Amino acid sequence: MADAPTSSASDPQARVDPVPRETHIDERTGELRQETMIINMGPQHPSTHGVLRLLLELDGETVIRCTPIIGYLHTGIEKNTEYRTWMQGVTYVTRADYLAPFFNELGYCLAVERLLGIEAPARAQVIRVLMNELNRISSHLVWLATGGMELGAVSVMLYGFRERELLLDIFEEATGLRMNHAYIRIGGVIMDLPDEGVPHIERFLEEMPARIDDYERLLDENPIWLERNVGVGMLSADEALSLGVTGPMLRAAGVAADVRKDEPYCGYETYDFQVPVGTGADAYTRYRLRIEEMRESMKIVRQCLDRLEPGPVMVQDPKVAWPAKLSVGPDGIGNDPAYIRHIMEESMEALIHHFKMVTEGVEVPAGEVYQAVESPRGELGFYVVSDGGHRPYRVKIRDPSFANLQAVPAMVEGSLVADTIAAIASLDPVMGGVDR
Amino acid sequence: MTPAELAERIRVRCPDTVVARGDVSTIVERDDLLETLAWLRDDDDLSLGFCSSVTATDWPGSDPRLWVAYELRSIEHRHRLRVKVGLADGDAHVPTVSSLYPTANWHERETRDFYGIEFDGHPNLRPLMLPEGWDGFPLLKTEELGGVNTRFEGAFIPPVDTRTTTT
Repeated sequence: MADAPTSSASDPQARVDPVPRETHIDERTGELRQETMIINMGPQHPSTHGVLRLLLELDGETVIRCTPIIGYLHTGIEKNTEYRTWMQGVTYVTRADYLAPFFNELGYCLAVERLLGIEAPARAQVIRVLMNELNRISSHLVWLATGGMELGAVSVMLYGFRERELLLDIFEEATGLRMNHAYIRIGGVIMDLPDEGVPHIERFLEEMPARIDDYERLLDENPIWLERNVGVGMLSADEALSLGVTGPMLRAAGVAADVRKDEPYCGYETYDFQVPVGTGADAYTRYRLRIEEMRESMKIVRQCLDRLEPGPVMVQDPKVAWPAKLSVGPDGIGNDPAYIRHIMEESMEALIHHFKMVTEGVEVPAGEVYQAVESPRGELGFYVVSDGGHRPYRVKIRDPSFANLQAVPAMVEGSLVADTIAAIASLDPVMGGVDR
Repeated sequence: MTPAELAERIRVRCPDTVVARGDVSTIVERDDLLETLAWLRDDDDLSLGFCSSVTATDWPGSDPRLWVAYELRSIEHRHRLRVKVGLADGDAHVPTVSSLYPTANWHERETRDFYGIEFDGHPNLRPLMLPEGWDGFPLLKTEELGGVNTRFEGAFIPPVDTRTTTT
């Protein structure tokens, strides 16, 4: 939709939108010619997983200026955490980048655990890695599905969501929820994997490689896919680093930066996996890398299953651990009936302890930490500050989509307007994380 | 470089450097910020050339009231540093670092939205996360959670009893 600016050009500070270059009468035809046109792309866009608005200044079909406008999904997650207990913070941060909930939970919990000076038990660490890597696959599948749909590859959209459903079933079985699980908690994970969980993950690992081969057969040498992706949305390593871009976007430009390798957490240094790196720096290279990352994630999941030893999944310290025993019922995760009977009928002390932990929660010593994890989109950082109380003093989420989105002008200015779509699809922004 | 070695290296220039919980952080004066960051970025041993995040914290009643925190990362050397600048109440401005780290552009705009800190010399310090003309700085501790009317510019929803029917 064309949009004529209304603000005056005399006051550049008051101006929100770029103003088209001056108009003139074409001498040959006598028509009014406007050199450039302002296009509002959005505020909406299916494959951006949220609401993004791009102001494009076009010269014919060429983008000469691009201004991303964000904030439409700002929900005050960071402010909200300051008014809740440390444990409740998990349920807020998990909703930031809603396609990567386990990563948000993990980053936050690792940060709080460092403030507390505790470490989750071995089994919990393995389950955390397991869930994170399954989540990486499911996030990349949504990227593949929506990105494919953007470029007209509708079959890929159906395949991507079909396979993601398998993963969401696994998540639902373990956590009671398909998204926003609040499963990883301070001190471990909230409950152990269900008995059927491991066989279902095994089955997924058996089925998935053939499905990924299918995507590759469909896309790798598909002339339309190549035409739309090769050489599109170029972003060099220098540009990416100066703009704070991480994740597959940065690795596609030849920089092998991955927090799992650079600053390992949850024992990632003991897993055998590769970090795929490309040099094309274009949308096609990013596609190749994400497909490879899915394979690497499955390798890690395989190793997790082999390592699962029986044991506690939550620290034993009663001043940290969540008091309730939970179980997954037909309506999601909830208090275990046996536990409710115990605190309501058998033990007054257990009831008092439960009440204190649920209402007041953990006390975290004063201090500050910055904890990064490698989310599907790059470096997801949590800057967590405590003043020694029962609530976070400050939780800053450094979301990779937020930083990556700043690179959009660098990627699309000078290219065709149709390539803007492919470029943004290859960036894989999730606006819930951008706006928080 | 281990955190202790990194801190030792940085103390050459910034004596107020500590290691706490594995994080190295240093406090610099506002006037030294740009020079210090340029040194941290360009020194071959440090090469903290990647800025992960810029944000702030608010401590009403203490001096300095506001702390701006810059999270720096060296991708080559795999270490991190947090640089902090304290700002007194009523004097909430600090030079922009977006000339050194272009990524700081949006981070600083966000920090200004939420804390009202002015970043001197910023190329485009317009609201990023909040609507144009938003009143107040929501992440300051003096601002309550909630109690803010939903506002859409130019939109007015009349009280229920004054609405007319469409027929």
